[in-house]
Amino acid sequence: MVEFTLWDILRNLLLATRWTIALSLVSFIGGGIVGALLLFVRIGGSRVARLFAKGYVELFQGAPLLMQLFLAFFGLGLFGIDVPAWLAAGVALVLWTAAFLAEIWRGCVESIARGQWEASSSLGMGYIQQMRWVILPQALKVAVPPTVGFSVQVVKGTALTSIIGFVELSKAGSVVTNATFQPFTVYGLVALIYFALCWPLSKSSQMLERKLNVAHRDH
Amino acid sequence: MSLIAITEVKKRFGDNEVLKGISIDVEPGEVIAIIGKSGSGKSTLLRCINGLETIDGGSIMVAGAQLLPDEVHLKALRLKVGTIFQQFNLFPHLTAGGNVMLSQMVVKKTPKPEAEAMARKMLDRVGLAHKFDAFPEQLSGGQQQRVAIARALAMQPIALLCDEITSALDPELVAEVLAVVKELAADGMTLLMVTHEMRFARDVCSRVVFMHQGRVHEIGHPEDVFTAPKTPELRQFIGAQ
Repeated sequence: MVEFTLWDILRNLLLATRWTIALSLVSFIGGGIVGALLLFVRIGGSRVARLFAKGYVELFQGAPLLMQLFLAFFGLGLFGIDVPAWLAAGVALVLWTAAFLAEIWRGCVESIARGQWEASSSLGMGYIQQMRWVILPQALKVAVPPTVGFSVQVVKGTALTSIIGFVELSKAGSVVTNATFQPFTVYGLVALIYFALCWPLSKSSQMLERKLNVAHRDH
Repeated sequence: MSLIAITEVKKRFGDNEVLKGISIDVEPGEVIAIIGKSGSGKSTLLRCINGLETIDGGSIMVAGAQLLPDEVHLKALRLKVGTIFQQFNLFPHLTAGGNVMLSQMVVKKTPKPEAEAMARKMLDRVGLAHKFDAFPEQLSGGQQQRVAIARALAMQPIALLCDEITSALDPELVAEVLAVVKELAADGMTLLMVTHEMRFARDVCSRVVFMHQGRVHEIGHPEDVFTAPKTPELRQFIGAQ
């Protein structure tokens, strides 16, 4: 029987971690772009567009991420479209992340006092100008800590994609366990790697919150 | 021709009719104080004139152009009429100078050096030239309100609407803001102000409008309105002050 050293295990897990990181980045950036579009529609669009954005957010927040992955993976297959696991994983996570980010950011925009809208429109600014120069610069400050905090959820969310066969950190853990028969060691290492990814994010979210609050101490 | 012609303006919020047909004609250079109890509709009237509220009846003309609730007409109107708010509403992420420059650059597309020169001029006009680089939170309430006045003036409006601009200020800061308004009046700016400062209304304004239950109850020269009120409501209002 082949003996596996700890380094063998760790090396394989770390190689798979690249895919966890890549999927997290794609989800977060793609979700951020789609989420920003949703945000604009949600607060400034026509009535129908607003309802669509609201429905979208509620649908994706209200169903388990795992179901969304299954639907993306198997659902499209029903139409004869062969979806590779990485594509289904990426699409599902982008759409899921977008829903949450849109909702987080909507709260941030709505936390800006109504007087800011009134003052800027009284000065002749249109909706896009108000958003660009008055509302978003203030809302972004409020949005940074919860957004960074949510990125932790995205990283952990990628673990679910192992179920549809995308080989990221969790899936690699199962594969390595099947070869080594050392589940405790392997999954222990997997957990530690997730922690090493997520903990700095949580910490920086807390630090940012404290730092940005200092700027708002008079309010 | 009147600069601002308000004709039979009506406004309701649900079942509550706040303005029941208001007609006021404002001539260029006039300074008009709108007084009345809270809930009489005076702030709502100002918010209708700059289009923050849409009207349900009647018409508002500013410099011959009718106020219509679409973005193009609203923008044209807001370039003519500046508004000062009770809560200042300065942009907290910009310096005093930045506050005065922003709309010039974004709305009027004024190049930055010119916008800055205008901002310095306007801040100087309200006595705050030295606070160009200060952020709103570093300024007193009175200073913030003067920056807000400079910000409105920088757009070179033909009239200013002032909505209880001293009501959120500590008593000792009221005078510095009123002094600025008084100077504007002396320079010939058309002013329409909702105010609780009766002495100021009496000393500076050319006409006083007393609003009561959504109507113009009395209107006239401040001397007449304050010394010889015709209606019991106005007598009671003045007596209560």
